[in-house]
Amino acid sequence: MYAAIGAGLAAIGAGIGVGTIGGKAVEGIARQPEAMSDIRANMILTAALVEGAALVAMVLSFFVAAPGQ
Amino acid sequence: MIGIRKSWIALIFTGLATVAFAQHEDHQHPQQTTENHEQPSSAENGQATDHPEAASHGCGHSMEEKEGEFNAGETAVHHIADANAIHIVGDIYLPLPCFLYAPAQGWTITSTSAFHPHHHGNGTVAKDGYVLVHGSVQRVQDPSFPKGPVQVSEPTHEEKTINGKKKDIYYVVAEGKCYELDKKTTFDGGLMGGGVTSFYDYSITRNVFTMLLTCLLLFFVFRRAANAATRTHGHAPKGLQNFVEPFYTFIRDDVARPSIGPKYEKYMPFLLSAFFFILGLNLVGQIPFFPGSANVTGNISVTIVLAMLTFILMLASTKKYFWEHTLWMPGVPAALKILILTPVEILGLFLKPFTLLLRLFANITAGHIVIMCFVGLIFIFGKAGTSVGGSIAGAAAAIPLSLFMMTLELLVAFLQAFIFVMLSATYIGMALEEPHGDHH
Repeated sequence: MYAAIGAGLAAIGAGIGVGTIGGKAVEGIARQPEAMSDIRANMILTAALVEGAALVAMVLSFFVAAPGQ
Repeated sequence: MIGIRKSWIALIFTGLATVAFAQHEDHQHPQQTTENHEQPSSAENGQATDHPEAASHGCGHSMEEKEGEFNAGETAVHHIADANAIHIVGDIYLPLPCFLYAPAQGWTITSTSAFHPHHHGNGTVAKDGYVLVHGSVQRVQDPSFPKGPVQVSEPTHEEKTINGKKKDIYYVVAEGKCYELDKKTTFDGGLMGGGVTSFYDYSITRNVFTMLLTCLLLFFVFRRAANAATRTHGHAPKGLQNFVEPFYTFIRDDVARPSIGPKYEKYMPFLLSAFFFILGLNLVGQIPFFPGSANVTGNISVTIVLAMLTFILMLASTKKYFWEHTLWMPGVPAALKILILTPVEILGLFLKPFTLLLRLFANITAGHIVIMCFVGLIFIFGKAGTSVGGSIAGAAAAIPLSLFMMTLELLVAFLQAFIFVMLSATYIGMALEEPHGDHH
C-alpha cells in the first residue's frame, strides 16, 4: 500500500512539474510565436527530464510492491 | 463526412481489438470451475498453509485464486511478459524454436510445439525436464524426473518467502509425483524476482521474433525508400519515400544538428537506426493481434541494451574538456568539488543512460498495462463471465476507453522514439563539447 502512495506522490510531483513546463511554454509561444520550434524542443526535453525523476520513483515503488515472480 | 467515417472505422477496429484481447480470457472461467470442483481440498490447503508442507499433499494451489474473481493486475503483467510461444487465437499457438541449456544436462533444442501448449500457454507434455508454464519454459531440477516426453498436469503455484524475498514457485505433477519448477536464469540479481537458476534460455522468444520481424520490415521499407531516392534524385519524392523522408530530415535538422553540432554526420546512422527501431517496435507492439502484440520496448532488457549503446557511444566521443568538467570543475573551491560536485557529476553520468532506459520501458509498459486494465473492466463488471449484463456494461465502458488509450499510445510511440533519440543526441553533444573562447 505504501508503494502505491509513493507512486501517487511521484505522479503529483511530475504533474506539477510538467504542468508548469507546459504552461510556461505556451505563454512563451503566445508572446513570441516565431520562437515556437525552439520552445517546443526545449519543452519536450525538460518534460522528459522531469518525467524521468518521476519514473524512477514509480519503478522503485513497483519493485517494492511486486511479489517476486 | 470522411472524418466521421474514419472515426467509425477506428471505433470498430478498437472493438475488434478489445475482443482479441478478451477472447484469451473467456475460457478462463470454465476451466477454473472444473478445477475447483475436482480438487477443492488442495486449493484450500494451498491457500491456508504457506509453507513447504503444502507441496506434499496440495502441491501448491491452482492458478486461479478464487472462483469469480478476476485479477486485472496479474493478467496485465502476464500479457506484457515475454513468452516462448505466440498466442494466436483460442488454444492455437505459433511454436517458436527453443534453445535451452542446463549445465547438468547440456543443450536441448526443440520447438514450443513439443510441450503441447493449451490453456494459458501451459504445456501438457514435459520434454527433457522442461515444462511450459504461462507460455514460458521452466525446468524441473529434480534428477529423478523422467526424461523424454511425459504427460504433466496443469501447473500449480504457491508463494514462498526465501531469504526474505517473496517468490512465486510453480509445481507440476508427473506420474503421480509433485515436482518443483525452476525459472530461467536472469542476470538482474533477483531484482525482478529472478536470479541464477539451473538453466539458461537462449530461445527465439516472442520478443526476439517481433524484433526480427520489425528489422525485416524496416529493411524492406528503407531499401525501397533508398532506391526511390536515388532514382528520383532531384525530383519530388513519392510513395513510401514520402513517408520516411520527413522523419529523416527531422532527425537531421531538428535533433542531430542542433544537439551534436558540426560533427553530427558521424552519429546519424546510430540516431536514425535507434529512432526507427524503437518507433517500429512501438507501433508493432500496438497491434493487438498476431504479428504484433509483443511488448518489446516495454521489456527492460531491450531498453537496457539500447541505453547502453548510447552510453558507449557517448563515452567513446568524450573529450578532455568533458572529463575536466565532470571530475574537476574549474573555478570551484576544491572542498566543494570533493564533497559535492564530483560525486554528483559521476552519479549524473550513470543516471543519464539509466533514465533513458527507464523512460522508454515505463512509458510503453504503463500504456500496455492501462489498456489491459480497461479490457479487464469487462471481466470485473461481468464477474468473470457469470453476468452477461455486467459484461456488456463493461464492454461499453472498455471500448471507448481503450480507443482513447490506443490513440494516446500512438502519440507516445512517436514521442518516446523521438525523446530517446533527442536525449541520446544531447548526451553525445555534451560529450563532444569544445571549450568556447570565454570561460563561463
